[in-house]
Amino acid sequence: MFVPCGESAPDLAGFTLLMPAVSVGNVGQLAMDLIISTLNMSKIGYFYTDCLVPMVGNNPYATTEGNSTELSINAEVYSLPSRKLVALQLRSIFIKYKSKPFCEKLLSWVKSSGCARVIVLSSSHSYQRNDLQLRSTPFRYLLTPSMQKSVQNKIKSLNWEEMEKSRCIPEIDDSEFCIRIPGGGITKTLYDESCSKEIQMAVLLKFVSEGDNIPDALGLVEYLNEWLQILKPLLLHSKTNSRVSRQPTEWEKFANYASDKGIISRIYKELK
Amino acid sequence: MAATFFGEVVKAPCRAGTEDEEEEEEGRRETPEDREVRLQLARKREVRLLRRQTKTSLEVSLLEKYPCSKFIIAIGNNAVAFLSSFVMNSGVWEEVGCAKLWNEWCRTTDTTHLSSTEAFCVFYHLKSNPSVFLCQCSCYVAEDQQYQWLEKVFGSCPRRNMQITILTCRHVTDYKTSESTGSLPSPFLRALKTQNFKDSACCPLLEQPNIVHDLPAAVLSYCQVWKIPAILYLCYTDVMKLDLITVEAFKPILSTRSLKGLVKNIPQSTEILKKLMTTNEIQSNIYT
Repeated sequence: MFVPCGESAPDLAGFTLLMPAVSVGNVGQLAMDLIISTLNMSKIGYFYTDCLVPMVGNNPYATTEGNSTELSINAEVYSLPSRKLVALQLRSIFIKYKSKPFCEKLLSWVKSSGCARVIVLSSSHSYQRNDLQLRSTPFRYLLTPSMQKSVQNKIKSLNWEEMEKSRCIPEIDDSEFCIRIPGGGITKTLYDESCSKEIQMAVLLKFVSEGDNIPDALGLVEYLNEWLQILKPLLLHSKTNSRVSRQPTEWEKFANYASDKGIISRIYKELK
Repeated sequence: MAATFFGEVVKAPCRAGTEDEEEEEEGRRETPEDREVRLQLARKREVRLLRRQTKTSLEVSLLEKYPCSKFIIAIGNNAVAFLSSFVMNSGVWEEVGCAKLWNEWCRTTDTTHLSSTEAFCVFYHLKSNPSVFLCQCSCYVAEDQQYQWLEKVFGSCPRRNMQITILTCRHVTDYKTSESTGSLPSPFLRALKTQNFKDSACCPLLEQPNIVHDLPAAVLSYCQVWKIPAILYLCYTDVMKLDLITVEAFKPILSTRSLKGLVKNIPQSTEILKKLMTTNEIQSNIYT
């Protein structure tokens, strides 16, 4: 359930909810960190459930001595009212059998809070691509029917590739075709539930492999930005000081672990 | 799949925990027998809070039943030993109840008759001031049991007029820093506090990007969300089993408001601690 930081729940009517799916390479979560940090979104509450593995730490987006000691938990909600954006960040994995209940609780909150639409940032195993997919862009999108009505033209103008259907059971030649997102965590469940509940949802994903996924996250945010135009064009080189995208302070220690898979990924791995 | 440096292709474990994707599909194809097995396992793993004398379950949560102004929770054997020697020996503490739970970490398969010498989780209150509670938890509470534990102890109506202090240990290799781990002065203390905890900690706060999980994180998350003042003291040590130096690393907490008035005789407590260590030491060397 949503628990506000202040005394009353903020009005989210008409807002766009950005959220990650806990998926391969943690790309969605890394992309969310980048968005929240760059836009300097402020925390408005917690999404407190018994579905995620508990974790706490100090503010990962700290910019000063003062705000570095704010406690962060595993599911927090941030907002940027000027752009009508609200962001949900998930920092740990689901407890066994709890991912479906989580989706239900989340979507019921989306409906009750009055959010206009949801955008899920996700990823899928790159090794599961077919030949055609290998030769094209690694980014894909998916829209629920109710979302298609409102943004189809915009998406068409961007020349984006829609996620292709593949065999439901890859080993069987005559099995039906359906949308499969291997490695996408709850992405498929969220998408299916939103279709049936008529929630406007878009899924933006990238085909990735496990490893240093920060460049993948940067790419996914740029992909999102082509559509929403919420950030000035990002620089791909994360080491330049004049970077327009502000990386969360907790990513700083990544530079010292060049041969490692990155701090964030280690943190998320630790919780597995 | 990933190619290693040597060119072999291996299945890389997915950090996002999505190996359980198969489980999601199975969930849809779950037969009544599967469901029955799953429910049985869930019942076996249930957390039960029992009254001391009667060993019957408490009908409401612990803190809904008893008023509480201060709650000190020790999680792990070193934290438990610290509270045993320094706090429990300085006053008269009465057992209020205990939490019984079973998971794969328990060394017994008998879920109904866990003896007190095995891992335990016991709740006490101070006889002279019954709103001061203490919990000695040396059993491992698994991730699917942590929220149940919170529900049974704190309940669903959180009260803000109490202060929570949690003590626990973690291995120093979990501490992420740009310094070399060899130069760290382990054991050392770090703290994490909720927004509503206004006092200062007796040690530095846990630096980014370090995190805490398991039961201490579950309790602290609960307190942060429901605006309860709480502080977690984390001792990073290189010895996870019962160790004198690790336990003594908690000593700075004795001077804080959390333990004010609860500690009387420190030298005597230190003696008690030493005795606790020797009784737990396994005498062994390669010659005997």
